[in-house]
Amino acid sequence: MQRYSTWRLIREALRAHSGWVPAWEDRDPEPRYEIVLVGGGGHGLATAYYLARNHGIRRVAVLERGWIGGGNTGRNTTIIRSNYFHPRSAALYDFSVRLYEGLARELNYNIMFSQRGMIEIAHSEADLETMSRAANSMRLSGVDITLIGREQALAMAPLLDPSPGCRWPVRGALMQRRAGTARHDAVAWGYARAAAALGVHIIQGCEVLGFDSVNGRAAAVETSRGRIEADRIGIAVAGNSSSLARATGFELPLHSYTLQAMVSEPVKPCLDCIVSSNTNGSYVSQSDKGELVMGGNLDRCPSYAQRGGFRVTQSVVAPLVEMFPAFGSLRLMRQWGGTVDASPDNSPIIGPAPVPGIYLNCGWGTGGFKAIPAGGTVFAHLLATGTHHPLSAPFDLGRFARGELIDEAHAGVAH
Amino acid sequence: MQQFPCPFCGPRPEDEFRYAGDAGRPRPGRDASDAEWAAYLYFGRNARGAARELWIHSYGCGRWIELSRDTVSHVVDGAKPMNP
Ligand SMILES: Cc1cc2nc3c(=O)[nH]c(=O)nc-3n(C[C@H](O)[C@H](O)[C@H](O)COP(=O)(O)OP(=O)(O)OC[C@H]3O[C@@H](n4cnc5c(N)ncnc54)[C@H](O)[C@@H]3O)c2cc1C
Ligand SMILES: [Zn+2]
Repeated sequence: MQRYSTWRLIREALRAHSGWVPAWEDRDPEPRYEIVLVGGGGHGLATAYYLARNHGIRRVAVLERGWIGGGNTGRNTTIIRSNYFHPRSAALYDFSVRLYEGLARELNYNIMFSQRGMIEIAHSEADLETMSRAANSMRLSGVDITLIGREQALAMAPLLDPSPGCRWPVRGALMQRRAGTARHDAVAWGYARAAAALGVHIIQGCEVLGFDSVNGRAAAVETSRGRIEADRIGIAVAGNSSSLARATGFELPLHSYTLQAMVSEPVKPCLDCIVSSNTNGSYVSQSDKGELVMGGNLDRCPSYAQRGGFRVTQSVVAPLVEMFPAFGSLRLMRQWGGTVDASPDNSPIIGPAPVPGIYLNCGWGTGGFKAIPAGGTVFAHLLATGTHHPLSAPFDLGRFARGELIDEAHAGVAH
Repeated sequence: MQQFPCPFCGPRPEDEFRYAGDAGRPRPGRDASDAEWAAYLYFGRNARGAARELWIHSYGCGRWIELSRDTVSHVVDGAKPMNP
């Protein structure tokens, strides 16, 4: 792997950038691997990297039907935070934030992780009470959460409408200082490059169509580029999980929905933290390019269309313009959607599938970008050892029949 | 805006309707096992393509209907009153 550094940058600048080599090699599939990962999003790629790095398993292939990061990983609004209500979720997501903190150095790839802080606005006395309950639970889990007052919230986002009589008055906010954003493509590419350097094969344009079993155990995948054998198969295909499960003969407790996001035209820096409102279902941050990146709740019914409807676009933009009157003069530049895998309790599903030999990493729904480093770590552990990492055990598929749901209703707005 | 055909009111804007889950999923009996209850409560079909769904005409007649809707193209090609 060609290491990136300031020295390398200067050297390349001096010789007309003629020495750069591709970050990873796009491979053709081999007939057999120890572990095959289906889906080249953040979770599949991170899992491949940690399999090689933490467990020394390098006969690994990542099969991606399109291009890596072309699914939700490359479509998301990149909010990274760990303010989850239940201790088991907080442990998983906070572990992820900690891994993100060292990730650029570890991968030798600038993922542009910017811990700019996030405030979730309380608009009423009732909001404040719900938030203090949430804050107490999160603090008990060791997450850096503070309930801040109106003045401090307005100081963090001065363009918020400060008048007490406005549509969305600011009464206070739930703040996570360590929350932030990162560059989504860089997370996918950084993991791909580091995994490939350890011997993982990244195979694009290779769609998995079904699975082949021997004695009741999955032993190979049938793909658009032929049959590939594997000892163990990991599935991390987000909104497409149910289709692949059905191809194998089991069902999953998931519904695929469109989640959309949109950006304004770029403007000079005017918002240096993430602002969200669970009450009106919208959130906004400013990208390094200057665009305001906005998102909100799921579209209204299950869909695989990968495009959002106008009704939800409007329901995101309207309250944001009411909260930030200055944004009303900006044009909306782009709007897009991704197909997310919503689970009944807003928590992921990690664990063995009902078919031996197959393992699942899905159900991240609207919030799995923040979880990529943790998801990759625990999924690699599961695939390598056949047993759960302590952090993933509560998220097993068995929790539904046991009635042991991890209801993250507080995950609230979708990010 | 898309028009949904309400069997009671005729074509109406989609905004008047609310999605209410998969159609054709009978509630299990009292002696059902935990796994059967979990299947009923959580494990939906999540069809890619043709789907049968329950919708409520909330801002219209208020009745429950069953739509045949394609989850990829969003085309609705049938609607009937819900059969419990
Ligand atoms: C608009 C939007 C905003 C979001 N905002 C946030 C946010 O702010 N913060 C956050 O934490 N999360 C957010 N999310 C959620 C987050 O993007 C996802 O949870 C996360 O990216 C899931 O990663 P993944 O690797 O599991 O799936 P994906 O990145 O979707 O990757 C799955 C891959 O599998 C491939 N695939 C599917 N079927 C097959 C097959 N049969 N064979 C081979 N390959 C296949 C797909 O092409 C895809 O590339 C958002 C999502 C969307 C859509
Ligand atoms: Zn009607």
